[in-house]
Amino acid sequence: MATATPTPKLNRIGLPVIEYRGGKSTLCAGCGHNAISERIIDAMFEMGVEPERVMKMSGIGCSSKSPAYFMSRSHSFNSVHGRMPSVSTGAILAQHQLTMLGVSGDGDTASIGVGQFVHLLRRNLPMIYIIEDNGVYGLTKGQFSATADIGSKLKTGVINELPAIDTCALAIQLGATFVGRSFSGDKKQLLAMLKAAIAHKGTVMLDVISPCVTFNDHEGSTKSYKFMQENDEPINEIGFVASFDEIDVDYDSGQIYDVQLHDGSNLRLRKLHEDYDPTDKANAVRTLMEAEEKNEVLTGVFYINTEKPTFIDLLGLVDEPLATLPESLTRPPKSALDALMANLQ
Amino acid sequence: MVAWYPITPSTSLIEATTDLLKKFRVTPEGKATFAVVQAEDELAAIGMVLGAGWAGARSMTSTSGPGISLMAEFSGLGYFAEIPGVIFDVQRSGPSTGLPTRTSQADLLSTAFLSHGDTKHVILLPGSVKECFEFSMAAFDLAERLQTPVFVLTDLDLGMNNWMSEPFQYPDKPLDRGKVLTAEDLNRLGGFARYRDVDGDAIGWRTLPGTRHPKAAYFTRGSGHNDAAAYTEKPDEYQAVMDRLTRKFENARTLVPAPLVIKDKSSKIGFLAYGTTDFALRESMDQIKKEYKLDVDYLRIRAFPFAHEIHDFVASHERVYVVEQDRDAQLASLLKLDLPADQVVKLRSILFYNGLPMDACSITDEFVTKEGL
Repeated sequence: MATATPTPKLNRIGLPVIEYRGGKSTLCAGCGHNAISERIIDAMFEMGVEPERVMKMSGIGCSSKSPAYFMSRSHSFNSVHGRMPSVSTGAILAQHQLTMLGVSGDGDTASIGVGQFVHLLRRNLPMIYIIEDNGVYGLTKGQFSATADIGSKLKTGVINELPAIDTCALAIQLGATFVGRSFSGDKKQLLAMLKAAIAHKGTVMLDVISPCVTFNDHEGSTKSYKFMQENDEPINEIGFVASFDEIDVDYDSGQIYDVQLHDGSNLRLRKLHEDYDPTDKANAVRTLMEAEEKNEVLTGVFYINTEKPTFIDLLGLVDEPLATLPESLTRPPKSALDALMANLQ
Repeated sequence: MVAWYPITPSTSLIEATTDLLKKFRVTPEGKATFAVVQAEDELAAIGMVLGAGWAGARSMTSTSGPGISLMAEFSGLGYFAEIPGVIFDVQRSGPSTGLPTRTSQADLLSTAFLSHGDTKHVILLPGSVKECFEFSMAAFDLAERLQTPVFVLTDLDLGMNNWMSEPFQYPDKPLDRGKVLTAEDLNRLGGFARYRDVDGDAIGWRTLPGTRHPKAAYFTRGSGHNDAAAYTEKPDEYQAVMDRLTRKFENARTLVPAPLVIKDKSSKIGFLAYGTTDFALRESMDQIKKEYKLDVDYLRIRAFPFAHEIHDFVASHERVYVVEQDRDAQLASLLKLDLPADQVVKLRSILFYNGLPMDACSITDEFVTKEGL
């Protein structure tokens, strides 16, 4: 009996979604990180990003293994613990017209890597920086990380007594130009956020709460599926209209924040939280601080700035990648050396 | 791409480099064909160097002892994941902070094996300002040819003081950008395995991010990998990579700057030295010749791993004095690890480590005492 092979849906550059997939995940079944990998695949596919024009970066940890599980057609660099920012900085300076997406974890970012993280934000390095945040060290079997909330409890009964670092507040304060928080279980919100991230030019810092089913998904954990389902408070509803889509959204304009991104796409934020203005830096930080006092986990896009120059702009680099400049541009002529020598005589 | 963190006595190297880049590496439209980043620390500096080297740009940093210590972990990644980069170490005195404004040669041993696990590095050892110029170019070529971090060890005496020099020669060879496959190559080959030794030189071919071919990508990792760059814990696959790295390092003996024969076949006694020790040693040789009528041979070492000529020099002498500016006879120790057991007994040490540049009399006095002249 002959059956017609279904034609796979192709994106705008003619690729099926399978060309955005990676290796089989070796993370635990139900790990939030796997859901994030799926959303990255969807976002890159839907945006029609050429996989060969993406660099995937990571540090060390469960989260940092995940670039092996999406986009096998992209170069990937699994570096050392906490040092994804510096390796990414070098890589993007060498190939600045590529899209760079980095996956880190809460230990990799907020503990061992906090120094480099802070300086990456200051530079507004053009990259998408995702923290797969579960509040716990998975590979070493369940120690608290610096994003674990005060009072949260490990499976072993240990209570965290130190305050959490709010990576979003930190990122906003230090210079990232697109800062949001989402939840690995919220497909719609995370996908829209990732698509907008791809269209943005500058540091995109996304803290994605991603429950660890093995060590931190239980009663008493504030990074569990249950806690997030009960306490997730979206600050805005995120719509994203890519530059190649027709704008066809029917919103009450008084409730909408439209932000035009660098590639002509539109990030459309429907306010849920009073008069939240995502371009007001001070208000964004204050909102996050207030939520912390109320034990609420806010999600959504907290801050966006499309005006600030990136590190590449500041350095005034040529359009061609530094990596492949011809020798005629990288080796000054003999006359230059001769003149230097003559000056020293 | 230059990434650096301020530290005495290496800062002047970066400041001079930056001035030259601003003068010679700007297009008529005013765009930079270079990037200089003052990093947040030395860990970040070498991380940026490896990131840029991996993505295909020539990259460098410059530091001194404490910075070298901080670069240890990344140096191992560069060695194992086979990523080019150039690290200048303008050596200063002492463990810890030591004497930051004084000179020494005491980073040699720690740099040779910088990082944990089985790691070893290519080191170039210039002995003059002119060689600093020449070896800098050689270091970038070697880093890309060998796909590994290359260290250039100079010292405060050479790196910060004013020197007389012969004029520098304009290079007569094009840059060696190493083994890089393009999309056209991949069309022809149908694919590649990043760490496979297809040419018998223990060096695999690499691709750069951005190469428009569906088979161009590979996964770079510091964890165990096989020759196709896939994660592995299989004993034979892991060991095969480690053995290939050893072969690559062995091959480097003939690619690094060869030692310089200053004097040979005049004596049963020889001197070995590197770097700025050269100046004091030549003067000392004149003193020894004048006062004791003894013409001692001398070979100046210019790189690690050691070239075969160094083995031959030791083999053809009865006693070999290793003259160096550190307390623990680091060059002699490194030679002892490399020489056959029957040659090791020939080595004697003349050491100098008070923070000042070595002087001729100190060498002559120690030599005369040890020789019983």
